Amino acid sequence: MDPLIIAGHTFHSRLFIGTGKFGSHDLMRQAIEASGCGLVTVALRRVDLDKNPEGDPLISKLDPKKIVIVPNTSGARTAEEAIRIARLARAAGGFDWIKLELTPNLHHLLPDPIETLKAAEVLVKEGFTVLPYINADPVLAKRLEEAGTAAVMPLAAPIGTNLGLRTRDMLEIIVANARVPVVVDAGLGMPSHAAAAIELGADCVLVNTAIAAAADPVGMAKAFAKAVQAAEEGLAAGPRAARATADASSPLTGFLWQTESR
Amino acid sequence: MTVTVNGNTRPLGDAKTLAGLLAALNVKTSKKAVELNGQIIPSSAFATTPVTANDQIEIIQFVGGG
Repeated sequence: MDPLIIAGHTFHSRLFIGTGKFGSHDLMRQAIEASGCGLVTVALRRVDLDKNPEGDPLISKLDPKKIVIVPNTSGARTAEEAIRIARLARAAGGFDWIKLELTPNLHHLLPDPIETLKAAEVLVKEGFTVLPYINADPVLAKRLEEAGTAAVMPLAAPIGTNLGLRTRDMLEIIVANARVPVVVDAGLGMPSHAAAAIELGADCVLVNTAIAAAADPVGMAKAFAKAVQAAEEGLAAGPRAARATADASSPLTGFLWQTESR
Repeated sequence: MTVTVNGNTRPLGDAKTLAGLLAALNVKTSKKAVELNGQIIPSSAFATTPVTANDQIEIIQFVGGG
């Protein structure tokens, strides 16, 4: 496979990791290092002035020389809120990559397509590298690509569900039509789900809950990295197409009960 | 004399500038973003930006997220 390039940046792993839900910052850092991933997402929240006015040290645990740090707009319900968060992220950390995440409904956390497109149009003009988290909608994916997003990030299943590739058929259509990288985000629960996403043609996967909430996050990060790499190597090795009828692997001649073969 | 910081009312105290207020709140300013009345203030301007009663201030940080 060709190397994964997003907005001119080459990634050597097709696994991206979200930094939420880890039991500690050290566990998070170890899992990221063990996975070899080249991009992580972070969120923005208010400083807790009573409990921890100095702030969460999370960002100091990530080295921007080694890894691309992508703030998300989680919590935003409208384009206006997402744009505000993107600008705050740029002001706080100098980060120009932004994962657009607009989830008006906290029950299902599915992304609002209209607000996402509106926000993308503004942020692309402001020079952000925009990675929009979307439902697996091929038409929306194309509209975002046309608006200048650097990739599209369709979901496999709702955030944090670990349900796997529930949107497979739509993802296949997105992959077949996309001219920007497709990062399957959200809902991947097992390494096999990530491998299947790469095998169906996705360029990359983003995993958070499945790794961070595992009993052994470092072990799970390694397992996801291996699964993604195995899928990539399998594709590079040129898999033979599936077929509907059997095709014997063993010779169909020379059976031992045959008496006269001619 | 109070200001609203991250949604809560706080005494302004002796703070005359954003930098003074942040110091009084024990906020470390590294990798934080600050909004004053809806406008993002670059950290280079904290020391020269005045704060006055009833200002609305947001102090934002990075946390773990997907």
